[in-house]
Amino acid sequence: MRPRIALVDYGAGNIRSVAKALERSELTPVVTADPKVVLGADGVLLPGVGAFKDAVCSLEDAGLADAIRKVTDHGRPYLGLCFGLQLLFEVGEEHGRTAGLGVFRGHVTRFPDRVRDPADAGGPAAPERPLRVPHIGWNEVRYSGSHPMIERLPERDIYYFVHSYRPEPTDLECVVGWTDYGGRFASAVARDNVFAVQFHPEKSQAAGKRLLDAYRQWLEAC
Amino acid sequence: MPLFKRIIPCLDVDKGRVVKGVQYVDHVDAGDPVEVAKRYDAQEADEITFLDITASHEARGILLDIVSRTAESVFMPLCVGGGVRSLQDVRDLLNAGADKVSIMTAAIKNPELVEQAAAKIGSANLVLAIDAKQVSAPGETPRWEVFTHGGRNPTGIDAVAWAARMAAAGAGEILLTSMDRDGTKQGYDLPLLRAVTDRVSIPVIASGGGGSAADLATALDDGPGGGHCQAALAASIFHFGETTVGRVKRALIERGIAVRPPSPGSD
Repeated sequence: MRPRIALVDYGAGNIRSVAKALERSELTPVVTADPKVVLGADGVLLPGVGAFKDAVCSLEDAGLADAIRKVTDHGRPYLGLCFGLQLLFEVGEEHGRTAGLGVFRGHVTRFPDRVRDPADAGGPAAPERPLRVPHIGWNEVRYSGSHPMIERLPERDIYYFVHSYRPEPTDLECVVGWTDYGGRFASAVARDNVFAVQFHPEKSQAAGKRLLDAYRQWLEAC
Repeated sequence: MPLFKRIIPCLDVDKGRVVKGVQYVDHVDAGDPVEVAKRYDAQEADEITFLDITASHEARGILLDIVSRTAESVFMPLCVGGGVRSLQDVRDLLNAGADKVSIMTAAIKNPELVEQAAAKIGSANLVLAIDAKQVSAPGETPRWEVFTHGGRNPTGIDAVAWAARMAAAGAGEILLTSMDRDGTKQGYDLPLLRAVTDRVSIPVIASGGGGSAADLATALDDGPGGGHCQAALAASIFHFGETTVGRVKRALIERGIAVRPPSPGSD
């Protein structure tokens, strides 16, 4: 039987694309706002929509934040996409500071408006240059570290991003994917039964399918 | 590895059908936006844009149905614009499966709309579309004005200043169309593209005049003679089967433009 994935619907935006992408990877999406269903599924997927503050409020109001906390603590494999990654950090800084779930230490901050490229060895410091924010488009993720998902993914792949905020983890051990945009940032983080990415596999054509296929294989292996 | 530059086929949609003639030699329903989107998905386009040109607001349901059927059929980013009048219109399109929504005339009538929408849904999914026409005489410092209604109605607004104002208000991206070049296939209006890209710090999509891979390469080039844009939109060169997204990308890579490489064996 295909694994059943609780696709958490907290009332903010479209999740149909994610549901269809799960079906394409031979997973059965169960769109739900019921904490019991979330806790009883084979896997839990929190998709990415909405501003940090609104999204956290919606999850709290629906009683879903506690369920997500339980899942990430010791539950079934959790896959977070975009906001589903950002939520896992201690604080989001979009429209004021909002507490996240604190699964990982660190803040979710806006890309800087200006950046300085690293200087060549012995050369003069590079001048500052403006960085276009939001980060929109296709960019590469380089995977490293050990995690059941990493074993099932290519060393690097190219995915679709659309975001202005990104995680700044305090402990770099949780970072399993790096992407360059005005310097490198953590585009994938993981720990035990938690794997979360800043990009959109449901919009990333073949590369997105590879990631969701890896998620199915991980589910089937545990 | 930098962020890749994007190639975006654009479809004009009227009452749920693709217009401006999309011609394919094989058995694809060339009038159904969903079928055309699937074709561009197979060619590994980086995004697709639907521009609804339906005059009546009553036909909105048809567009929402097209968007949701497309989002269920292809696993690529979808931007939808045309006739977006309110925050509710933006929400409806996002809920139907659009990844980005573009606003044009409504922002001119009500400049607060962009700010409100950005606060509610975030800037990243919000595109400001500008139709610009050059209004300076030859020899003068170039100036472009914002037009509406397919280039018929002048607004008196300077296009570069408008782009900067809307970027500050929270637009996440600018879709910049030269009405002088639109449909001509004579190349993008490079001074216009440079004037806007150098003024704002959000991504800019070049539109209007793309007739060849060389035109797209120039619009995306960051050098002094280029358009400095982050993405290039094109319609006719793809719709009439003259070329494919994959072939254009290979030509861009040869010209040193960093685009997402086509898969081996793809068209």
